[in-house]
Amino acid sequence: MLPGFKLTLGFTLFYLGLIVLIPLAAVFWKSSSLSWAEFWQTVTMPQAMASYRLTFGVSLGAALVNLVFGLIVAWVLVRYEFFGKKLVDALVDLPFALPTAVAGITLASLYSKNGWIGQFFTYTDEHHEVQSIFFSSRLGIFVALTFIGLPFIVRTVQPILEDIDPELEEAASSLGANRWQVFHRVILPMLTPALLTGFALAFARALGEYGSVIFIAGNIPMKTQITPVLIMQELDMYEYGRATAIAVVMLVVSFVLLLSINVLQWWTNRHNTHNLA
Amino acid sequence: MTPAGTTLHVPHHPARRHTRSEPPYVRRLLIGTALTFIGLFLILPLLFVFTQAFAKGIGFYFHSIDEPMAWSAIKLTLLAAGISVPLNCVFGVCAAWAIAKFDFYGKNVLLTLIDLPFSVSPVIAGLIYVLVFGTQGWLGLYLNADHPALPWLANWLNDHNFKIIYAVPGIVLATIFVTFPFVARELIPLMQAQGRSEEEAARVLGASGWQVFWRVTLPNIKWGLLYGVILCNARAMGEFGAVSVVSGKIRGQTNTIPLHIEALYDDYNFTGAFAVASLLALLALVTLGLKTWVEHKNAAVLDK
Repeated sequence: MLPGFKLTLGFTLFYLGLIVLIPLAAVFWKSSSLSWAEFWQTVTMPQAMASYRLTFGVSLGAALVNLVFGLIVAWVLVRYEFFGKKLVDALVDLPFALPTAVAGITLASLYSKNGWIGQFFTYTDEHHEVQSIFFSSRLGIFVALTFIGLPFIVRTVQPILEDIDPELEEAASSLGANRWQVFHRVILPMLTPALLTGFALAFARALGEYGSVIFIAGNIPMKTQITPVLIMQELDMYEYGRATAIAVVMLVVSFVLLLSINVLQWWTNRHNTHNLA
Repeated sequence: MTPAGTTLHVPHHPARRHTRSEPPYVRRLLIGTALTFIGLFLILPLLFVFTQAFAKGIGFYFHSIDEPMAWSAIKLTLLAAGISVPLNCVFGVCAAWAIAKFDFYGKNVLLTLIDLPFSVSPVIAGLIYVLVFGTQGWLGLYLNADHPALPWLANWLNDHNFKIIYAVPGIVLATIFVTFPFVARELIPLMQAQGRSEEEAARVLGASGWQVFWRVTLPNIKWGLLYGVILCNARAMGEFGAVSVVSGKIRGQTNTIPLHIEALYDDYNFTGAFAVASLLALLALVTLGLKTWVEHKNAAVLDK
């Protein structure tokens, strides 16, 4: 019997409680200082509703784009040889490693009306000023959220794709399936749990994202203000109760997503041992 | 198995040769799409950071980094990472030891709870510490109470102007929270896969608990541990949202590197902002390089 169980588990629970659980409990304690009516009024006020619609909608769009392109990037990295493949493989994790504030100012400048990309996508507004279509718009937020969600799908699909038994594909094609049918009927079903997991991870990350979005978004209430920015705005006005109420909504959504991701990962593991055994 | 030379003249059956491959135009299209996507979203922004950083020449670049506000931000960031990374490292090793080497009830719940900080928005991570330690929070209520429990403690804290929020301790705490799961998440699956037989054998042969850890477990997990530490450090030095809630953004005092970048950017000192940002971009590139190297090392260990 190995020693140290009580010591290590004790420290784990103590540290988890001190750093994570007790502070998180403070959110629910603070929100209980509001009456149910006040709570409901805060979380359903028009500015909050607009921020949920924006945050959910754009996060969903960014995660969908990453679903398609992430699969292509993973496929290309696993199946083909090309110049610079190792570099691309290492760079995929850049959005994990690059601090969000750096990503934020970089994307904002790159897509501004004078930026390398933004200069090609401008329009003239009602004040006869040239504006970038990415600035203070959903499109800009979408670019930022696509950037930060990029690694999730690649990194969940890549190992599964590497482990697929070649015999399954060979069997399918020897039975007369063409390449598209093999992909569609044999490979894609095996990748589905990993794709869903990656999608959920990218979506969850996008919902809470702050640093990479705020510089490009313009943060106009009712238009381009994401929910984390709304919480920040309430905090700046010392409206702790209201900030907390909106935080509770986001936390509940995050917890539900976390649970579904755990279920998905369990499904992925079971699915694979089943297929690859 | 037949030697390669003997099969040289046997022609491949065309259908069999193509079973795991797509027509060349499909390959080219897919590689082109992937490279365009990566180029547009990853390589272009990276090039942009360094181009902008040096837009006003190398002199301005070093001037932007070698000034008191920048140094103060660098020192604070190093301090926050220097405290949070070792603490989360000790936690990660303890959690992985308890979870991987023993069976107990509620293990899956514990695993989910360890992952919690990953699914909490950085802004909310900052908010929870404001609610605990801010003037409106638990600590504030305690310090301002008419008859606090342990009056000597309340008096002592009040006399010493004890502050967590809008001060360095809050920044350190928020950093610990956002980097909490990194080391544990790398080590738990690794140690679970390695099992406990080697450690048990060492125990039977008379090794003490510490000897087992230092001589058997640690050599087995060192690459995974290093990997976790690298990721934890990158996030600790780059955290923005959580820190910006608790810092108060007092220049020269409570600004970390990311907050200093934001301040420069808001002042329209774009070149200065990108000069300082290039330090963090460089850190990100070093992180990616180390990560690739450690993965390579780890694969070599697993192949043995």
